[in-house]
Amino acid sequence: MSRERAFNLAALALLVAVPAWAQLTGETFTITLATRAVIFALAATGLNIALGLGGLVSLGHAVFFGIGGYAMGILAFHAQSYTPLTDWPVTIPGTKLMPVIWLVAILVSALAALLIGLLALRTTGVYFIMITLAFGQMFYYFAISWPAYGGEDGMAIYVRNGFPGLNTLIPIQFYGLCLAWLLVVLWFNARLARSRFGLALNAARQAPQRVETVGLDPVRLKLVALVISGAVTGLAGALFADLNRFVSPTMFSWQLSGEIMVFVIIGGVGRLFGPVAGACLFVALEHLLGGITAYWHVWLGVLLLFIVLFGRGGLVGIFAGRGAVHD
Amino acid sequence: MTLLALSGVTAAYGASPALFGVDLTVGAGEVVGLMGRNGMGKSTTVKTICRMLPAQGTLTFAGHDLSRLPSHRAARLGIGLVPEGRRCFRDLTVAENLTAAARRGPWDMAAVAALFPRLGERRGQRAGSLSGGEQQMLAIGRALMTNPRLLILDEATEGLAPIVRQEIWRAITRLKQDGGLAILLIDKSLRELSQVCDRACMLERGRTVWQGPMDSLTPEITARYVGV
Repeated sequence: MSRERAFNLAALALLVAVPAWAQLTGETFTITLATRAVIFALAATGLNIALGLGGLVSLGHAVFFGIGGYAMGILAFHAQSYTPLTDWPVTIPGTKLMPVIWLVAILVSALAALLIGLLALRTTGVYFIMITLAFGQMFYYFAISWPAYGGEDGMAIYVRNGFPGLNTLIPIQFYGLCLAWLLVVLWFNARLARSRFGLALNAARQAPQRVETVGLDPVRLKLVALVISGAVTGLAGALFADLNRFVSPTMFSWQLSGEIMVFVIIGGVGRLFGPVAGACLFVALEHLLGGITAYWHVWLGVLLLFIVLFGRGGLVGIFAGRGAVHD
Repeated sequence: MTLLALSGVTAAYGASPALFGVDLTVGAGEVVGLMGRNGMGKSTTVKTICRMLPAQGTLTFAGHDLSRLPSHRAARLGIGLVPEGRRCFRDLTVAENLTAAARRGPWDMAAVAALFPRLGERRGQRAGSLSGGEQQMLAIGRALMTNPRLLILDEATEGLAPIVRQEIWRAITRLKQDGGLAILLIDKSLRELSQVCDRACMLERGRTVWQGPMDSLTPEITARYVGV
């Protein structure tokens, strides 16, 4: 067994064992923390598809996270206020059903990623970063100026949405749902990386012009990666909104985009469990150091500095060796 | 049947003109050597064929006008390139390099491994850790995996050990014997070129100065345009 595989299995065991222990000992807050970590891991796994496989340094992934969140918020708001989303041309009601909300979050995020990608992928390097950042700011200020859905104050959802057969208000059950999604997406990500599309995308990240000479369109490859990435991050946003039962424009903020990227870099860019390790460490530091000082981000900064300078494979790379990891 | 036809092709790197009028034809199943001294426009001609460099003039491949196509569309028409300097995807394994380029046709992983048994033995090895010769074989294998109608080899034996060069030339000869695949070769080895090529095209200062059957290539012509 490779060291990376051992690391992944250990991380998986912790994701199961810690909440199970918390459930047995009545530490429900720990389950909520674990849920937060798993949802952040899901968002970062989405970014890892674009960044790790496709080399797309997106500073606007909070757009998709926010779209997912608002998809949940808007659908649940209309359901709880018994008002339809629209009456024309057909009446579309709100919903409190998670599967429907997830589907809408995934589709709308994917569509947004497609439209953003069509424009942003005309550029590369620092210009791509700036365009994605600009889209993030556009969505952020749009959400602030949208009073129908709470504007700057955001929007509260009174009761967590439902999933058939489960009581999602019980923390461990909602955690189970989030963990199941994370595992599905990790499995999908692993398959994607080994597929012909994933290999071509990896090749396009290394050398776009060389990929063209074998008949592959690097822009199209990256666009598909960005759409998949956006859809996954949108799903994470819907789950995050359900966890907090609250959505606000901060879900679109550039700081959140930066945090999602930090999860990936700390854990290991392009590593399957890198985003999981990064998100779990972030949430743990936030909880442990946040109780000691309000300036705990200083220590996060020191850690990030250390990893960027001395361990570019991230936590997974430090444990499992640099391997095929890239910058 | 003419597969590739270039007529009066000109191209420039920014403000610096590099081609001033290249004429070249390659027929289906034909092996053509593109010859000339260093800096005469051989690799630039290849870049214009593969649409990596904008060009003016007439460029057609199998009846399609190449001049407006992006690089990947030209490749999909059936132009396979083995670029100068190998340029494999270093982070991918041998098998992954081949899979990433694969398109439907007779050339698959098994066929490439039969042509280059060493690649079959190193399927799981990262391309960046292969020897120069093995990387060259991989670059040829990767181009073949696209199942091209025209294979372009740009300095495929440059900088390789004599024994590896022989292996590459054996593979090119086998490709010719198998038939069906047109090959455009750029190489400095006049002896090997004369053994494998049906025709030759000489470039001098970005212009075609001679084209004809290989057996009509006289020592005077090679001395004048190739310098040997």
